[in-house]
Amino acid sequence: METTPNNRSKREWEKLQANAGNGLLDRRAFLRGGAAMAGAMMGYTFVGSAAAEPLADDAWSKAPGNIVPAYGAPSRFEKNVVRTLSNPNSEPRTSHARTPHHLLNGTITPNGLHFTISHAGNPDIDPDKHRLVIHGLVKRPLVFPLDALGRYPMVSRMTFVECGGNSAPFFSKEPIQASVQALHGLASCAEWTGIRLSTLLEETGVDPKAKWLVAEGADAPALSRSVPITKALDDAMIALYQNGERLMPGNGYPMRLLLPGWEGNMNVKFLRRIKLVEQPAMSYYEARTYAPILPGGKAYQFYFLQEVKSFITHPSPGMMLKEPGFYEISGVAYSGNGRISKVMVSADRGQSWAQAALQEPVHSKAFTRFRVPWRWDGGPGVLQSRAWDEAGNVQPTRAQIVAARGETTKVPPVTGFPSQHYNGITTWAIERNGEVKHVYA
Amino acid sequence: MFTRKPLIFAALLALGSSAAFAQGPNLGKPIDPAELAAWDISILPDGTGLPPGSGTSAQGAPIYAQKCAMCHGPEGKGGANAAVVGGAPIKDMESVKTIANFWPYATTLFDYIRRAMPWQQPRSLTNDEVYALTAYILALNKLTGENDTMDAKTLPKVKMPNRDGFIIRFPDKI
Repeated sequence: METTPNNRSKREWEKLQANAGNGLLDRRAFLRGGAAMAGAMMGYTFVGSAAAEPLADDAWSKAPGNIVPAYGAPSRFEKNVVRTLSNPNSEPRTSHARTPHHLLNGTITPNGLHFTISHAGNPDIDPDKHRLVIHGLVKRPLVFPLDALGRYPMVSRMTFVECGGNSAPFFSKEPIQASVQALHGLASCAEWTGIRLSTLLEETGVDPKAKWLVAEGADAPALSRSVPITKALDDAMIALYQNGERLMPGNGYPMRLLLPGWEGNMNVKFLRRIKLVEQPAMSYYEARTYAPILPGGKAYQFYFLQEVKSFITHPSPGMMLKEPGFYEISGVAYSGNGRISKVMVSADRGQSWAQAALQEPVHSKAFTRFRVPWRWDGGPGVLQSRAWDEAGNVQPTRAQIVAARGETTKVPPVTGFPSQHYNGITTWAIERNGEVKHVYA
Repeated sequence: MFTRKPLIFAALLALGSSAAFAQGPNLGKPIDPAELAAWDISILPDGTGLPPGSGTSAQGAPIYAQKCAMCHGPEGKGGANAAVVGGAPIKDMESVKTIANFWPYATTLFDYIRRAMPWQQPRSLTNDEVYALTAYILALNKLTGENDTMDAKTLPKVKMPNRDGFIIRFPDKI
């Protein structure tokens, strides 16, 4: 099509074929349309609007800027891009800090915004005194100072970490009106760099009787979890770096166990000890806390896996669509079972679905950004996303999860954890005034 | 990134050949069990790791009153933090999990008290005090007798009511 951005009109993009109901467009529209599509999209925002005002220099352009700091921080205009805190006064209980997904984009969670849960505050660990002990059913018990670990061969990988209790408000019998940060904020994704645990176990040797390891932190409650030895030898890492810099205190400084795709609590922070054993320790967090109760009274034990999941971050509750027209629907998808293979998006309560574009490269067990162009006609809409992973798992509906696991009889507080391991579909309703609401489909 | 096959690799590890050691940096320092005893607080459900010492409910009651009641309430009935006594039978996700109605192993109680309690001063209790508190809480819940002594032999034998209340979610991951 012989067009230039300058003669774009609203009609051009209206010719783009809808891919699913209620205005979802083909994910490849951008690629095919190239500049024309981009022009069309840009075009919409000023077609019909008043002519732009003449341009003039702003004040900040007419004087030298601010001092360059040693460690950068976001613009002062980004002060609202922060985590929400469940325990800001550090009372004697667990502290949760949730990631603001609706204010971020891409797939990497900045270190200061990575979710954290600390069960008794963050310890102030001197890295020169920290060390890691590996003992139990090994041939040679060894202690590794941090500086020694720094000399080992390292690997980097993108990996999400998600609390087993993330998205717990979806077990509420009624949808809780809250932001995507409040509903899904206990999941984040970073590039982690460290040493394969198998590299260190190669040096200690493993007694064939060892079936589990018990990992323990140097925090006040000496948090401890049992991990099957097969996971330890598969892709477990002793992580030292997070997005290029040392781990944040809330993420386990100076080292944590990283178990890609597995329940956040098992990724033991402030790691100081690994003991190889024949049976799981049945520690507090595995015997009690992360054992979700099923209808009838039995409970799941050793859930471990964070299953395939997705949710839309843009738009999401708290945002307003200011006017009908073009928007990009985007969100994150991830699976503890490997790579995301497909994400479908619906704008009509699941009656029809359009395939979303996945941002390449798609990493295993990492956030994958999905995007689909959408033309909102100003009428009601119901947005959903649904993900598939390379192992063939499909994200369940909320109804499927409720059928298997139940739901509450009362509406719990949004910060409560009535159950765990919700990976069902999230549904946002778009109202005529452009408001985004949390609903159940 | 992680391409080695775990099973093959496990077999190599089991051989523990000196050739394998020679490949790596070998910067870990050998440590013998006596040197790491202060850190080695793992306890398994069969009682492995339980230390010497013992305690009774009568010995535990005054320790509880002094160090635990401020959060968990008098006689374990709950306060700012969870009750450690009682609990209706578990039936669904709104049931409150308690020691008596949910915890599958009594060893977890000793382990958690010793590693994490009291909140402000974890790992400040002696092993005898931890056994005594364990005995006190188990007796309050009528899971053991008033006069039972808890030690490395008796504690693992305490049968918790919900021992068989669990389903392993993904057996193939273990």
